[in-house]
Amino acid sequence: MTWRDTFRTAVEAVRTHRLRSALTMLGILIGIIAVILSVGLGQGAQAQVQSEINQLGTNILVVSPGSSTSSSGSRGGFGTSSTLTIHDADALSSTASAPDVQAVAPTVTRSVSLTNGTTNWTTTLTGTTSSWQTVRSRAVTSGRFLTAADEADAANVVVLGPDTASELFTTGNPVGQMVTYNGIQLEVVGVLAELSSSESTSSNDVAIVAFSTYSQRLIGGTSRDSVSEIYVKATSSGTLSAAYQETDALMLNLHGITDSSSADFNIATQQSLLSAANKVDTTMALMLAGIAIISLLVGGIGVMNIMLVSVTERIGEIGLRKALGARPGSIRRQFLVEASVLGLAGGLLGVALGIVGAIVIPHLSDTHVVISVPAAVAAVAMAIVIGVGFGVYPASRAARLAPIDALRSE
Amino acid sequence: MTAVLSSAAEAVRSVEPPVIEMIDVDKVYAAGSLEVAALRSVSIRIERGEFVAVVGPSGSGKSTLMHIVGCLDVPTAGVFNLAGHDVAGLAENQLSDVRNRMIGFVFQQFNLLAYLPAWRNVELPLVYSRIDPGERRERALAALAKVGLADRADHRPGELSGGQQQRVAIARALVTEPALILADEPTGNLDSTSTGDVLDLMSELHADGRTIVLITHEADVAARASRVIQIRDGQVSPDELTDRDDPTTLVASSAAIDAGAS
Repeated sequence: MTWRDTFRTAVEAVRTHRLRSALTMLGILIGIIAVILSVGLGQGAQAQVQSEINQLGTNILVVSPGSSTSSSGSRGGFGTSSTLTIHDADALSSTASAPDVQAVAPTVTRSVSLTNGTTNWTTTLTGTTSSWQTVRSRAVTSGRFLTAADEADAANVVVLGPDTASELFTTGNPVGQMVTYNGIQLEVVGVLAELSSSESTSSNDVAIVAFSTYSQRLIGGTSRDSVSEIYVKATSSGTLSAAYQETDALMLNLHGITDSSSADFNIATQQSLLSAANKVDTTMALMLAGIAIISLLVGGIGVMNIMLVSVTERIGEIGLRKALGARPGSIRRQFLVEASVLGLAGGLLGVALGIVGAIVIPHLSDTHVVISVPAAVAAVAMAIVIGVGFGVYPASRAARLAPIDALRSE
Repeated sequence: MTAVLSSAAEAVRSVEPPVIEMIDVDKVYAAGSLEVAALRSVSIRIERGEFVAVVGPSGSGKSTLMHIVGCLDVPTAGVFNLAGHDVAGLAENQLSDVRNRMIGFVFQQFNLLAYLPAWRNVELPLVYSRIDPGERRERALAALAKVGLADRADHRPGELSGGQQQRVAIARALVTEPALILADEPTGNLDSTSTGDVLDLMSELHADGRTIVLITHEADVAARASRVIQIRDGQVSPDELTDRDDPTTLVASSAAIDAGAS
C-alpha cells in the first residue's frame, strides 16, 4: 500500500465517522488553543512590562523611599511622609559630589480630575522639575516644557500628555488654554510628544506641573518637601554603575546612615526592574504552560481512546484487509496515519482559533496577546506527535489481530 | 517474495503442478491444557481448472481447512503446496503476499466496506499489490462487468441487493487473476434466486478455466461442483463424483486420496 493510498484511506475513515472525529479533534484543539493563548498572553504581558520599563528613559536609576529588610519589613519615614525629599534631589544634581549624574528629576504623583468647561478627565498629576524632560527623554510637540522660572514662581502652568490633551481639548490647540483642578486654573503651556507605544497609555496620559506648584498651590499637605521618587540619569551607559555608587554614597551620607543595610531608600536600575518583572513572567509562563500541557495530554488520551474504539469497531474491516493481502505493517500504518490526521486537523483548527482568540481578546480586555509563530508551528508539530504517540498502541493492536479472528467476529 | 512467486508461476506453466497439494496435514488447536485436533492427516489434491465443493457438518473441520487453504492459518504438521509453492512455513508478511496474489476470497457475509462504492471495494486487493490507481480502476471495472454489474460501479454496498453484493465480492476475488477462488458458504445469506445467480456465475467462471473451491453444507450447492470432498471429524473421506466430472481429475484426485490414506 502506497503512502498516498494510506493517507486517502485515513481521511476516508475520519470522514466516515464525522461526529467521533470531531469530538476527538476537539480535545486536541482545546489543548492547542491553550498553548497558543498562554504563550501569547505571557509574551504580551512581558512585552508590556518591558516597554513600560524602557519608557522610563535610558540609563536611568530610580530612587524610591523605604527599604525592605528581612527582619523589619518596609521602613518608611515618620508618619505618612516619604523619606525622600526635594533636598536629596538637589544634592544629587550637584556635579561636584555626583559627577556621573547628568540630570535628576524628583517626582511626586497623585491621581486627580482635571476639567475644561464641562469636560472632565482623570489623569496622573506629576510634580517635578524642568530636568524631567531630559531624564525621561520626552519631546514636546507644541508649546514648551516647564522652566526653572515656573519652578521658582510656582507658576500655575501645566504640560499635558498627548492623550490627556486630546481628551480635554477635542478641538483646537490646547496651548494657551486653561484647565481647572479643584477650582485652581492652570494654563496649558505645552503638549508632550506621543511615546511610540501601543502597549501602554500611562506615559501618554499625564499632567505635569512644577514641583513647587504641586506642593504649594495644588496638593499641599504636611510634608511639602517629600517626593515619591527620584529619577537619576547617568551621563552614559558606561557610567551607570558609577552613578549608582555616587547616588548610594551621597544618599547614605545625606540621611546620616553608616550601615548600608539599614538604608531608608532603594535604588533600582532598569535592569533590576526588568529581571524582577521577568521573574514574575517566567512563573506565570510556567504555570500557563503546565495547564496547556495537561490539556494537550488529555487531548492525546482522547485520541488513544477513540482509536481503540475504532480498532474494536473495525475488526471486521481489519480482517478483510488482511485476507485481501494487507501486511501487518500496512494496517499499523493505516491507523497511525489516521491518528495523525486527527492530530493534524485538530492542531490546525486549534491554531486558527487560537489566532482568532489572540485578535479578539485585546478588544475585550486590556491585555496584549502576542501571536507567536514558533509557538504555532510547535503546537501543530505537538498535535501530530500526540496523534502518532497515542496512536501507536491502538495501531499495534490492529496490526496484531489474526485475520481469522478478525473475520470471525463479523 | 516476488521472485519466489514468479518462479512458482513459472513452475505452474512448465510442469502444471496442482493448485492445492496437501499431504498429511494436521492442525491442532490448544484450548487451555486441552489439545483439539481440527484436522487429522488430511491429504487433498486439486488440479488447475477444477470446481471442488468441500462439504461437511459444522464442527467437521471444514472452516479450519478453508483457513489453511486460504493461507489465513498455517498447518501444525504436513506439507501444503499452493500452486507448486510450499507455503507451510511462511512468515506473516509472506502469507499476506500469497493471499494477495494467489487467492480470491468470497465470504458468506460478503465483507464489503460500506463506505466505499462497489468499484473501490473491488480494487482493494490491487491497492495492497501497489498497482497504480489508473490500472486499478480499469481492472476493477472489467471485473464488475464480468459479474454483470458494470452499471453499479459507483453504488455503495447498502444500495445493492444481497445477490448484487455477493457478485461485487466475487468481482473483488477475480480482480487479481488468482490461482484459486476460495468461497466460504457464498450462498449462506442469500435467497434462492440470488443463490441461483451466484452459482451460475461460479459455473461460468469454472467454464472459463478458473479453479474454484467452494465450502458449503448444502447438498444442492455442492451438486454444482465437479467434485465433492467430504470432511468429517477432521478427516476427508473419498470423493463423490458428480455427473460433470472430468476423468483426468478423477484419476489424479483418487491417487492423492489413496496416497493420503496409506
